[in-house]
Order: sequence, then C-alpha cells, then structure tokens
Amino acid sequence: MAEVLVLTDHAGGRLRKATAELLTLARRLGEPSAVHIGPGADTAQKTLAKYGAHKVYSVDAEDAASFLVAPQAEILAQLVEKVSPAAVLVPSNASGKEIAARLAVKTGSGMITDAVDVRAGDDGVETTQSVFAGSYTVTATVTTGTPIICVKPNSAAIEAAPEAGAVEAFDATVSDDAKAAKVTDSQPKKATGRPELTEAAIVVSGGRGTGGDFSPVEEFADSLGAAVGASRAAVDAGWYPHSNQVGQTGKQVSPQLYVAAGISGAIQHRAGMQTSKTIVAVNKDEEAPIFELVDFGVVGDLFSVLPQATGEVKKRKG
Amino acid sequence: MNIVVCVKHVPDAQSERTFQESDNTVDREAVDGLLSELDEYAVEEALKIVEAQGEGEVTVVTVGPAAAADAIKKALQMGADKGVHVQDDAIAGSDAAATSLVLAEAVKKASDGSPELVLTGMSSTDGVMGVVPAMMAERLGLPQVTYASELTLADGGVTIRRDGDTASETIEASLPALVSVTDQINEPRYPSFKGIMAAKKKPVETWSLEDLGVDASQVGLDAAWTKVVSFAKRPPREQGEIVTDEGDGGARLAEFLSAQKFL
Ligand SMILES: Cc1cc2nc3c(=O)[nH]c(=O)nc-3n(C[C@H](O)[C@H](O)[C@H](O)COP(=O)(O)OP(=O)(O)OC[C@H]3O[C@@H](n4cnc5c(N)ncnc54)[C@H](O)[C@@H]3O)c2cc1C
Repeated sequence: MAEVLVLTDHAGGRLRKATAELLTLARRLGEPSAVHIGPGADTAQKTLAKYGAHKVYSVDAEDAASFLVAPQAEILAQLVEKVSPAAVLVPSNASGKEIAARLAVKTGSGMITDAVDVRAGDDGVETTQSVFAGSYTVTATVTTGTPIICVKPNSAAIEAAPEAGAVEAFDATVSDDAKAAKVTDSQPKKATGRPELTEAAIVVSGGRGTGGDFSPVEEFADSLGAAVGASRAAVDAGWYPHSNQVGQTGKQVSPQLYVAAGISGAIQHRAGMQTSKTIVAVNKDEEAPIFELVDFGVVGDLFSVLPQATGEVKKRKG
Repeated sequence: MNIVVCVKHVPDAQSERTFQESDNTVDREAVDGLLSELDEYAVEEALKIVEAQGEGEVTVVTVGPAAAADAIKKALQMGADKGVHVQDDAIAGSDAAATSLVLAEAVKKASDGSPELVLTGMSSTDGVMGVVPAMMAERLGLPQVTYASELTLADGGVTIRRDGDTASETIEASLPALVSVTDQINEPRYPSFKGIMAAKKKPVETWSLEDLGVDASQVGLDAAWTKVVSFAKRPPREQGEIVTDEGDGGARLAEFLSAQKFL
C-alpha cells in the first residue's frame, strides 16, 4: 500500500488534535506516515503511532523552530520525491495552506483547501468542502500530480488504530533562499485555560451587543468548557483579541455547538461559523439575521439570558 | 521604493452587500470600482510606504475580464501611480495555480524582472482559499511573509508583526519579498475628488498572455489541476425554535442544550 504523508500540526512539539484527525482520514487512502518538522518527534511518536502512523519522518534541523512555510514545503517536496505518496494531508490553517500552496507549485500537483472529508474515490482521492460561506457543498478530485489536501480541523472523529510509528530521521536539505524569512520573536499569548478556537467542540462568541463586557460570554463558555470567539465589531473596538475573531477575516470554526451572543449575523461573520452543527443565538433584536441560521434562539438581553443559562448549566452538570 | 500590489476584482453580486443596511460600520458610498475590500489594505499600505519614503511608484496589477478594470481604477483613485490589466479569454476558469502563474509573470514584467516589494491582500473576498500569495512567492522565488498586521522596512529587509493563534510573532525577511496584509494593518483611505480626477490621466496597460510569454495551454479550466465532480446547494438550515425571554430565556436555553446532550 502506498504511503500517505501527514504533516503534524504542533507547537514546539506539542501535537494539536488536528494531527490525529488527519491520521484517521489518511488511513482511508493508504498507510499513514507522519512528517514531524521541528523538535519533539520522540515525544509525539506515541500519539502518532496510536492513530495509525506506520512511520514518523523526523526532521529536526537546528533552526527548524524559526522556520516558516518555505522550508517546510522544501522538506515535504523532498519526501514526496522519495516515497511517491498516494496523497499529502496538511492541516487547513493559515500556514498549512501556504505550505501546501508552495508544495503544489514545486511538484506540479493539484491542491484542495478546507476539505471536510477525504476518501478514496473511483478516480483517486476525492474530497468534500463547503464553499461560498458554507452555502454550497462541493466534491472534487485532483487530476494532476500528488493530491495535496488541506483538511479543516474537526472534520473527522478520531479513532485509534495502533501501528509501529517507527521514527526515521529524514535528512532534508533546506536552501538559504527558503530561510530568507524567519521568526525572530514570539510573544506567547496569555494562557486562558480554554480550548483553542478552531479545535473546540463548543464556541461561545460575543459581539457589539456585549458593549465591551465579555464576562457573561466568558462565564457561559466556561460552564460549557467552550472556547470564546468574537465578532469583528468587538475586535475592532478593542474588546477582544483579533486571534479570537470568527469570520471571513478571522477564524473559520465548525464546532458541534456555536453560540452567538449580541452578534447580528453579518455575511462575513457567517462565513466563519455557518458550518457549525448546532447554532444558538441570543439577541435583543428579533429581526437580527443571525436568527435565520439558528436551531435555537432567544430574543432577549444577553446580560440576563446568559447568566441565567450559566447558572442552570452549572446546576444540571452538578 | 517601487511596489507592485496585486488586486482582484470581485463580482458585483457580492452577497455580503445584502446586509448593508444592518451594518453601519462600513461606508460603501465611496465604493466606485469593485476592488476586493481586502486588497484596499494592500494598496493603502503601499501608498503609505511610498509617501513616507518620498520616492517610488505603486503599480497595481490585476488579472481578470474587462470589468476588472474597475478594480484598477479604484486603486488609481486612491493614489496608485499606474495599472496593469492582464486580460485574455483563455484565462477564464483558471485555478489558483494558473492564476498565480499569470500574476507572477505580470509582476515580473511590471517591475522589469525584479520587484522590490510585492503586496497583496490576505485573501479575496469571494474565493477565500488564501493560497495565491504563497504560490506567487514560490514562482517568483521570493520569501513570503503573510498576514501582516504591522509592516516596517529597514536595512534592506522587511519586518512584520503577525497575530498568531498562540503567539504574537515578529517575522523578518530580506528584500525583495512578498507580503500579504490583513484588515488590521491600516484604515484604507477613500478616494478624494482630486484623486478621482487624477486617476483619469494615469497610465493603464493591458497585456495578453502572449505579452507575458505564457502559453494558453497552461491556464483556463482545462489546465486546472483539480476538478469539481459535483456541487450541491446546501439545504437551507431549518428555522429552529425561537423564544422570547420572559424571565426564563436562560433556563430554556439550558433546557435546549440539555435535550441536545451538550451538558
Ligand atoms: C472585508 C470585510 C471582512 C469582515 N470580516 C469579518 C469577520 O471576519 N468577522 C466578523 O464578525 N465580521 C467581519 N466583518 C464585519 C461584518 O460586516 C459586521 O460589521 C460585524 O460582523 C458586526 O459585528 P456584530 O454582529 O458584533 O455587530 P452588530 O452588527 O452591530 O450587531 C450587534 C448585535 O447585538 C445585538 N445586541 C445589542 N445589545 C444587545 C444585548 N444587550 N443583548 C443581546 N443582543 C444585543 C443587536 O441587536 C445586534 O444584532 C467584515 C467586514 C468586511 C467589510
């Protein structure tokens, strides 16, 4: 069976959940081989093996931590050359898509972004993605080269399927040109203890309707173990960090449950949350367009509805 | 410094315009051409750099059908110096890979082979794959720094700040480089009356694939590296239950979440 290369998604060696999802999907196409660029391959090995990696290609160049996308694309291109994989799966986040884009040009291969499903079809690898702000579902195949598929987080339920996951050092060469851009400083964000926005099963977002007071949103999120999101109006006002913005120019999220509080539901906001499984809104204005999307909506003031819901959730959870 | 800005013309039937009334944050009055809103930030940043340096030229490049000239017009009204419009029937239906090929060749030609700085928006407002900048950088052999929310130039290099998921990063690259900017980087100006008048006299060149030395077989729908097998309009979400808070809204919300097994 052909290998399927899976680029691990990690921060300083700590794997993100997306990696296990990618490995789970890769098994449908062939034998997954994880590609781990940067430190921590030995620690990551256990998890990678658990979710079906037959091999783990470890690339631990001295300066790998400051690498941006160009070196990673070069490394993947060398591996593609070496193992002729059936496909390459990368996480569909900003850097994953850019790595895939460079790899596609280097190898003359078709690429697909934002896939929510991947399977072996009659004409090779087949994917599903939603386009136009989630209003259409498209099935696509790659017709040229090695299929390079960017898979959205939360697209697959992870399933363990233990394999050897033998770590193999891969001696890649990275050109000086590829190192022309590098990270020179990184200020970690204050840890909130909440799940990451794009990984979270539940997201609670606040908008202009919070008037700048996100505490009812945060407290409700915490009662549910949810991540906190924000509309651009809230971000532009300086009430919440830009990295929490949901929408066209923020994060695209697809959780099991999305709660929008004090958010009107502009098309650019919808573009980031429309594919959520269940949608709930709290808004004072019964005419707010967000109510067109909801499975459950409360017309009311978020400052009374959310605290009551928080108390009730806590009571029910015991 | 001479800067090339790549812009995209997006169709008039932008569904985002539907909600204009409910949204008083964006003033559409001044929108004359249909330059993708996210590209305005790139044009603005280029203008600011040239103004600060007191020298240099801003060239806007677009690939698209006749109507795409409006995107160039808007950028020229904002203050860009000249425009390049790559227009060729063979381009219709091109995927990101082919588009990036045409753009890369146009950027080279517009800058006599060696651009100093190429700026783009973070993604188009209609396609939103966000991969064209990276593909162009690969083709031009340039370092890329994307999603800049701040940009500074010094000592033959460019430094940007990027607001990442887990960290705020500082990224440096040598010049020439390709930089994509976010909607956080500046506040794009509206064309002034003077700008609108001046734009009428600014040079716009129209190039064909032949002018760029790109073979027509490399672009268009037939040359695409991926194929859409089928598409379906998502069924509209069924209107859910909407309740009006009468002092019990929060409890009913919790009740719903419990029934859906979220608790
Ligand atoms: C190029 C471009 C990109 C964009 N990208 C994004 C993006 O990525 N994400 C994004 O979100 N937006 C984006 N926008 C902006 C978008 O168009 C809207 O302006 C924005 O989403 C509005 O945010 P909002 O819903 O919080 O504010 P508003 O539209 O002002 O809505 C506030 C809502 O809160 C309700 N409300 C007020 N008080 C209360 C209360 N006490 N209790 C309950 N409800 C209350 C009001 O009834 C109203 O419906 C983009 C715009 C452009 C042009």
